[in-house]
Amino acid sequence: MSHTTAAQQTCIVIGASHGGVNVAFSLRKEGWKGRIILIDRDPNYPYHRPPLSKTYLLNERDPQKILLKPVPSYLEQDITLHLGVEVSQIDKEQHVVTLSDGSTLHYDKLVLALGARPIIPPIAGIDTASNLFAVRTLADIDGIRNTIKVIEKPRAVIIGGGYIGLETAASLTKIGVEVTVLEREDRLLARVTTPYMSEFFNTLHSQHGVAIHTGKNVTSINQENSTSWVQCSDGSQYSADVIIVGVGIKVNQELAQEAGLHVDNGIVVDTCARTSDEHIYAVGDCTYHHNPLYDRYVRLESVQNAVDQAKVVAAAITKKQPSYNAIPWFWSDQYDIKLQMVGLSAGHNTIITRHEPDASGHKFSVWYFLNERLLAVDTVNHAKAYVLATKIIKGAIKIDQNTLMDEQVDLTLEHLINANTDS
Amino acid sequence: MAKITFITRDQQAITLEASSGSVMELAVQNSVSGIDGDCGGVCSCATCHVHVAPKDVSKIGAPSEIEQDMLELDDNANEYSRLCCQMEISEELDGIVLNVAH
Repeated sequence: MSHTTAAQQTCIVIGASHGGVNVAFSLRKEGWKGRIILIDRDPNYPYHRPPLSKTYLLNERDPQKILLKPVPSYLEQDITLHLGVEVSQIDKEQHVVTLSDGSTLHYDKLVLALGARPIIPPIAGIDTASNLFAVRTLADIDGIRNTIKVIEKPRAVIIGGGYIGLETAASLTKIGVEVTVLEREDRLLARVTTPYMSEFFNTLHSQHGVAIHTGKNVTSINQENSTSWVQCSDGSQYSADVIIVGVGIKVNQELAQEAGLHVDNGIVVDTCARTSDEHIYAVGDCTYHHNPLYDRYVRLESVQNAVDQAKVVAAAITKKQPSYNAIPWFWSDQYDIKLQMVGLSAGHNTIITRHEPDASGHKFSVWYFLNERLLAVDTVNHAKAYVLATKIIKGAIKIDQNTLMDEQVDLTLEHLINANTDS
Repeated sequence: MAKITFITRDQQAITLEASSGSVMELAVQNSVSGIDGDCGGVCSCATCHVHVAPKDVSKIGAPSEIEQDMLELDDNANEYSRLCCQMEISEELDGIVLNVAH
């Protein structure tokens, strides 16, 4: 093996979204002196994804406004960007990546921030529908905007009532689009939250004029001039000028798999986000990693996970000994509702829902416990509960569930703990 | 136009000018160290925490309830704390000094 000085080393980062970009900038912060090459198939300068279904769809026409980092900062930090290029192969023995144009690049350290892609379900006619979009990239949103702007009263059918589908429904409704959401399960957000929360969002969207239909299995899409008909298994059909698919994602793990890395529901990484190859790391949506707090392997689709893992990787590559131990958190903004979630609720056996007096009637929190232990909390317009829950989960603090249930008692840590000691 | 001065944790003073947008956006666009804005400016991550110079507190309105609550996430919060994604730039802010919390 050739011996190179630190300044001659190269770190290649594949994927320039929240995870990849943060790896590159954090590496500089941690003192990496070598080259940094950031590669992404998306031709745009790296941007924030969460605003795509929200402010960008709603009113933002300038992609500059949602850039992750200002354009000159890549040059200032000596980070080389290869945009609009795909990586076709990784040779982990030779430390070489091959790009789609056939060129090759040598690496000393490689970081996979491969992300995920929208699942396009096997529905007849889905491949040929020209007015069908996912919600993952700038191009998707520009496609949606361009399709509806030429239509006087545009109608959208959204396949999938998860967070992406519902955020998109809220944004489209606000700009005057008639929106129908078709969800396969018998309630919205079925995979990710409680029936109570599902009901809340169902009512919220209905009040804003969105037509929500659950238990709808879409079987085909038929084109009739510029209108599409979305057909369901129960015989119902819905007309659409634009169709949006938000039924989940599939991890981009093929590159890692073909390279011979350990893959299992994502790219398997250790506590410092290293893969089964000591020179290759992975961050973000594509990783399957152990969460010490919940003592199980998880794959998370979140900005928090991408950013926090990126910092861990940068520290590990620059020879520190980091250990990834973050509490997962998520958010979703729909209309005037701010949903904030902390922790992982899987495995809970008790749920406590608590409402606060508030003029809007939309201020509450849902607390998930496994016996005495608080696992996770979902909060609606209630940042105080979110912050409190974060502290309780982080500190493994025991709280009194009866006090929590008592909506007459102010929600403070003191109240929740003191009641506990008294009893 | 408003001139806004950021003082980073290593005592670097950076003065920037803008007429619109949020203070967080201004800081991120100019790579002010310690202002990350990971959530893109929707008061969800608390990574744009600043301490407003006491002399400037009156120029800046009070934080909203949600911002106030989110600040509690940070042990480093005090009465001068703000999340600067929630501060819209206007003439009123001209001359303010913000100490970056991290």
